[in-house]
Amino acid sequence: MEIVIAVAIGVLFGSGLWLVLRPRTFQLITGLLLMSYAVNLFIFIMGRLWVDAPPLTLGDGPPDPSAYADPLPQALVLTAIVIGFATTALYLVVMIGSRGLTGTDHVDGEEGDE
Amino acid sequence: MPTSEHLLLLLVVLPFIGSVVAACMPSNARNREAWLAGLVALIGLLVVVYLYQPGGGEVLHYRREWMPLQGVSFSLRMDGLAWVFALLVLGIGLLVVVYARYYMSPEDPVPRFFSFLLAFMGSMLGVVLSGNLIQLVVFWELTSITSFLLIGYWHHRIDARRGARMAFTVTAAGGLCLLAGVLILGHIAGSYELDVVLSVGQAVQAHEWYVPALVLIALGALTKSAQFPFHFWLPHAMAAPTPVSSYLHSATMVKAGVFLLMRLWPTLSGTPEWTWIVGGAGVCTLLIGAFTAIFQHDLKGLLAYSTISHLGLITLLLGIGTPLAMVAAIFHTMNHATFKASLFMAAGIIDHETGTRDMRVLRGLHGALPITATLAIVASGAMAGVPLLNGFLSKEMFFAETLLVGGAESWWLSWAAVAMGVFSVAYSLRFISVFFGTLPDDLPRVPHEPPRWMRFPVECLVLLCLVVGVAPGVSVGPVLENAVVSVLGERTPDYNLAMWHGFNLPLMMSLAALVGGVLFYLLLRRYYGLAARERVPVLHRFSGAQAYETTMLRLSAGAAWLVKWLGTRRLQPQLLLLMLALLVVPALLVQPLPRPRFDPAVLAGADPLFALMWVIGCGCALAAAWQAKYHRLAALILVGGTGIVTSMTFLWLSAPDLALTQLMVETVTTVLILLGLRWLPPRIVPRELNIRIPHSVWLRRSRDFTVAVAGGLAMAVLSYVVLMRPQPPSIGDFFLLRALSEGGGTNAVNVLLVDFRGFDTMGEITVLTIVALTVYALLRRFRPAPESVALPAQQESKIDPASTQTPAEQAEHGYLLVPGVYVRALLPFMALAAAYFFMRGHNLPGGGFVAGLIFAVGVIAQYMLAGTTWVESRLHLRPQRWMAWGLVVACLTGLGAWLLGYPFLTSHTAHLNLPLVGEVHVPSAFMFDLGVFMVVVGSTMLILVALAHQSIRSHRLPAGSPAETRAAARQEAA
Repeated sequence: MEIVIAVAIGVLFGSGLWLVLRPRTFQLITGLLLMSYAVNLFIFIMGRLWVDAPPLTLGDGPPDPSAYADPLPQALVLTAIVIGFATTALYLVVMIGSRGLTGTDHVDGEEGDE
Repeated sequence: MPTSEHLLLLLVVLPFIGSVVAACMPSNARNREAWLAGLVALIGLLVVVYLYQPGGGEVLHYRREWMPLQGVSFSLRMDGLAWVFALLVLGIGLLVVVYARYYMSPEDPVPRFFSFLLAFMGSMLGVVLSGNLIQLVVFWELTSITSFLLIGYWHHRIDARRGARMAFTVTAAGGLCLLAGVLILGHIAGSYELDVVLSVGQAVQAHEWYVPALVLIALGALTKSAQFPFHFWLPHAMAAPTPVSSYLHSATMVKAGVFLLMRLWPTLSGTPEWTWIVGGAGVCTLLIGAFTAIFQHDLKGLLAYSTISHLGLITLLLGIGTPLAMVAAIFHTMNHATFKASLFMAAGIIDHETGTRDMRVLRGLHGALPITATLAIVASGAMAGVPLLNGFLSKEMFFAETLLVGGAESWWLSWAAVAMGVFSVAYSLRFISVFFGTLPDDLPRVPHEPPRWMRFPVECLVLLCLVVGVAPGVSVGPVLENAVVSVLGERTPDYNLAMWHGFNLPLMMSLAALVGGVLFYLLLRRYYGLAARERVPVLHRFSGAQAYETTMLRLSAGAAWLVKWLGTRRLQPQLLLLMLALLVVPALLVQPLPRPRFDPAVLAGADPLFALMWVIGCGCALAAAWQAKYHRLAALILVGGTGIVTSMTFLWLSAPDLALTQLMVETVTTVLILLGLRWLPPRIVPRELNIRIPHSVWLRRSRDFTVAVAGGLAMAVLSYVVLMRPQPPSIGDFFLLRALSEGGGTNAVNVLLVDFRGFDTMGEITVLTIVALTVYALLRRFRPAPESVALPAQQESKIDPASTQTPAEQAEHGYLLVPGVYVRALLPFMALAAAYFFMRGHNLPGGGFVAGLIFAVGVIAQYMLAGTTWVESRLHLRPQRWMAWGLVVACLTGLGAWLLGYPFLTSHTAHLNLPLVGEVHVPSAFMFDLGVFMVVVGSTMLILVALAHQSIRSHRLPAGSPAETRAAARQEAA
């Protein structure tokens, strides 16, 4: 499992990195989305991998922390997902606004020397 | 006295309150403003007089902790020296206010003037009364800022702006040096409290950091007091209104530098370094200032250079460092403030009455302004050091001190002192020359005596000059004694404040200076053509202002050069650097790299299904990366695929809340980007055009590819290494243990969000609201590219019968009739699902975020099917209100805890017994979560609806009357 997650994070991050370095605004937004998956997963695995141990302390008596997944990275990632959505929305609006103003979808607002 | 410490606080606070009040007054309320400012100064003055401690000794304190861990407190301290300075600040302040009332013209916006003036008064009092060094620096910089604002008061004039900028740059830079110096000094002394610092002089001087501290503090003091080589800013500051010049730039603010040197005299003085730095600057300033003053043509310019020279004199006295020199320094500070302030006011009156300050034009004013002329001549006498006036006394003390320096054989300092005396007599004569001769008839205005009360402050100050000059022991003796004792303590020397000490060497020097000065002036007039000279002989080559401007120019040129060579406005190189730094910097920081240790995996062996899932996920990501340029829709769908796999991973790995949120966000994001796709330019696959990709592009791509592969590899390895190590003890246990007992919920993640880290979530929903409003605001101004405005080709197809229908018609009776019914029926179920996830959120996966997104998706589905017009004619959603009420509910829940005496956002669980339902736990976090829910619904809706509306707007945009054009087009199509 660990190796699968690690490879997945690497692939997502690498794809995102490649796209972030591309010149078109849409490539950039796609790259940011992929990178945010990778980063969210990366933060998430700081609590290590747990199967069938969601942090729901449903049993009676004082809960045993070692039987549950770490809730802290989960809460942080939840926040990150929602903020990521807001950032994407903002970026999208800037993207289409810049296209309307400059007439190009190049990230610099003018065609590069391609 | 129990109230004295509060009076001390009042002294500093009152001017600031007055400043705020003055700023709020109407701009034509000249009298009310002046009354307010005068009253503030008068109250302050009375307080200072009341706080006078006969016989010195007792030091008044006011102290409150500010940042106790950093050793910084808000501390006021008044001893004899501070008392004298406070008296100067308030006394002259009061007179300046009276004067300014008549000086300022009715067109000037006076609220600003008096507001700044009062703020300056407060800052200056803060400087002299500070009992803590850090606090002193804060007030010190405040005086720089208020001085900047006051010099630039007539901001439509370029010289005012330039002077203000120059003064601020120099003094504020000095202030930063001072801060650094004070930090070192406080470090050496072990405290920033003045009482402590003053008592450890020996230890400070023996410390290896003494010289840096001294240099930095001296830089602060010398820049503030306009000492060589920083003296150039003061003449340029004369662009300020004359009351400001009189108050800030002669009597008080420029004295802050010498005040600081006096204040820290017990700690820092007495070493060769002190003498050379402080004394050296003093000598140079004294001579340069006095010599340059003679050759000025502007009345205020002359006074400015004279001020520089007198400040140099005080600095030199402090540099000499004997106790008697300290007495002379304090005495001269007081004397200079009185005669120079009155001279500035007189210069202002002349300017006010004649319309010019040019000494080449002004002559014979004695006839027109007899009283002002007499007053100015007396004050000039004090400036020149004529007997029977206060300037004479302190200057004679100065001569006496210079004789002691260098012993019996080295006389150079005495010569310098006499030379300065000669120059000062010469420029004083130059100043009063405007009163003699015949009145020219080509003056801009015909001069008269000024209003009674405009002259009053000058009269007061000149009277003081006389009284102190004739009877120093009676008038200022006790006050001076207090001030001296507070600095020197047991080292206070015996001195005799008297006009007549018998025939001795200092008296001879005074007389020589007087006679020499008169001769020098006459010579210059007769043989040198003083009035016709444009430049100061010899010294014009060393223009500090020029050096300053050159330095500033070089700085900005250097910055521009750096930006040119190191900066770029292009995004890609910036991102590339950022990403490279992301790869390289952590590797450099962690040296040596720890050897990875591989414990047996917790979840050994990969579940094939999980692996397969990620084969799809990674495939999607790679394909998206490949296709994002030419096939945007495909790339978007592929990214969505990766998102779903991520969401499933969260579910698999015990994070149901994350899985839900990710799924919903994924949906909303996809819809969002779909809405945006329409506005991007079409991109054609170049293969069809047979365009060859140039070599450089391949090179760049391979570079980026390498970086991407390296980044991916690094992240993969890092993740694996982390996963292979056992988790260190985490604070997660704390939340798990207390989720139910203290948060009242079993879902630790939700309790964490709405309770333990509720403040964080509060910030998050605020950010969400701000983003939504920003998106809305940006889109209101949105102008699409011309080629995107027309209907997309897909919608214009005439083969499709639906293309002639509006979305609403399609859903009402077109081909979308059946899905339309379904989706409409879906809305209540989505709402129910949202309510369900919301209600259970505290105990089971769910919560405000998820519920809000689910509800938003339900509404968006309606939009997608039936179009904006149809939905909005039936459903009145007001996203802004949702967001506003959400924030209000969240805030009120947080504030509710205050009513019960708990900190903000403390959660409380109520146990309710409802009929039918039974016992229900209602934690207050539930209400908070409701706020989160409302904000999420509102902001998601607002963002999406704002984007969706662009499509309707754009159809309207190009044609003049949209409805008709569209109807015509439709008929044609039919």
